[in-house]
Amino acid sequence: MFRNREEIKEIQLHRLKDLVKRLYERVPFYRQKLDAIGFTPDKLKSLEDLRHLPFTTKQDLRDNYPFGLFAVSQEEIVRIHASSGTTGKPTVVGYTRNDIDLWSELMARSMRNAGVTSRDIIHNAYGYGLFTGGLGFHYGAEKLGATVVPVSGGNSKRQLMLMEDFGATVLTCTPSYALHLAEEMEEQGISRDRLKLRLGIFGAEPWSEELRTKIEEKLKIKAIDVYGLSEILGPGVAMECQEQKGLHINEDHFLPEIIDPDTGEVLPYGEKGELVITTLTKEGIPLLRYRTRDITALYPEPCACGNGLIRMDRVTGRSDDMLIIRGVNVFPSQIETVLLSLGYTEPHYMIVVDKKGALDQLEVWVELSEQFFSDEIKKLEQWEKKVEGELFTVLGINAKVRLVEPRSIPRSEGKAKRIWDRRELK
Amino acid sequence: MIVKQLSVFLENKSGRLARVTEILGENNINIRALSIADTTDFGILRLIVNKPNEAYKLLKEEQFMVSLTDVIAVEVPDKPGGLAGVLKILEPYNINIEYLYAFVEKSSNNALVVFRVEELEKAIKILTDNGVKVLAGNEVYSL
Repeated sequence: MFRNREEIKEIQLHRLKDLVKRLYERVPFYRQKLDAIGFTPDKLKSLEDLRHLPFTTKQDLRDNYPFGLFAVSQEEIVRIHASSGTTGKPTVVGYTRNDIDLWSELMARSMRNAGVTSRDIIHNAYGYGLFTGGLGFHYGAEKLGATVVPVSGGNSKRQLMLMEDFGATVLTCTPSYALHLAEEMEEQGISRDRLKLRLGIFGAEPWSEELRTKIEEKLKIKAIDVYGLSEILGPGVAMECQEQKGLHINEDHFLPEIIDPDTGEVLPYGEKGELVITTLTKEGIPLLRYRTRDITALYPEPCACGNGLIRMDRVTGRSDDMLIIRGVNVFPSQIETVLLSLGYTEPHYMIVVDKKGALDQLEVWVELSEQFFSDEIKKLEQWEKKVEGELFTVLGINAKVRLVEPRSIPRSEGKAKRIWDRRELK
Repeated sequence: MIVKQLSVFLENKSGRLARVTEILGENNINIRALSIADTTDFGILRLIVNKPNEAYKLLKEEQFMVSLTDVIAVEVPDKPGGLAGVLKILEPYNINIEYLYAFVEKSSNNALVVFRVEELEKAIKILTDNGVKVLAGNEVYSL
């Protein structure tokens, strides 16, 4: 545990120098980039010098698909993970033996900080496979000495049975899946008291504070936010502590910056912008100033938990799949917040964007909830109007609310798909 | 005197209404009366069936948004001015009718009108006091 920021900075500078040297010597892609701006590793004197170095983007990983950015020989790589690649080729990352050890150690460290102990039974419902979530938690939990149930995603009925029978105390999965499990429990009439759950660690998709409250109420647990991305490591880049006031970044290994996504300029602490991470110690695929596209802010002030690691805000959206509708930025989390504030306990919704003539049109499909159902058309229409009014207040643009039947929006066992942008298809 | 009506939320897309009737048919549930109120995006299907509780359970199991609504069924002479006569009785009492629909009774010359009102008990009392026949649930279910 770090208490002193100077100590952290010292470690960071030392490791950053080593990183830039490694990249320059071993990865032709970076050598070319650094040569192009006339930068040699010996010119790096302070942490501030970092801001003059080039960014790395997801596109760079795609352009060098699959192994072009690896900094070690294939013989040294012991595992490969990849992102889903929804818009083309996946982004591929490789881990050396040391990388895997580091990953496990950072996950164990973060989970300990979040309140997990070796006595816990962890029901790990993150997907196993190329996706980093499942194995990331798995290795971390084992390193911590906890008991892991590697259940992975899917088959919710069976998951509930196992959670009950094995006495799981910690649930790890995406927040939307946690809510799905809570719903499934209600549907099957399973009393919450039959489960021993006390903590959940949820991530891999942006979620709101309101959703946290819902999950905490329904499952009667403390819900902890975790952040990570496969390009950097997987889960374990950052995680909340018991204070739930921002996610502690493991910044002795991942140096964070916040930039203005349009200009690339570094923003001061506390300001919202795009998170950029430099991997200080990774061997397999070390990255310099990787643009995560995630929108957050950084807070270096001491945390009540005593851990001096810098904290980041929960991610409110992504700078790239943020919707721009009639020039207005719209984040799915804003819509979720509105629905929850209106009393929606199960915020299943889909954002559908269309073009009508030249105008963008925003529709929010919301599953009708039992509590708002009426046999009178006028009451349902009043309800639609009410949601529309609230959305207008929050988003600043008109959204048409469309009530849809329960269970008609596809449930996801992993990342929720909230956006259907039909503008691109036309 | 209260009749249980099934109210089902249906998105305006093909096959949903068919699915409801299919479920009822497969389970030997007979529809006595029905009405659909719709908007561009959704509709509410209102049904009087012979076994309302069973139908409610079946539709619920099939994930439909469904509720049981209390309505009253009134016998109205099947002739010009029949309905007007009944409405006229209610008029001075400020009974607001949310919606109504009618069907013709097979066994007699009367029409049946289903009313959804806010003050159910009050409406029943006024109508029966004025000699209008308000049918009991079982009478309607077994028509």
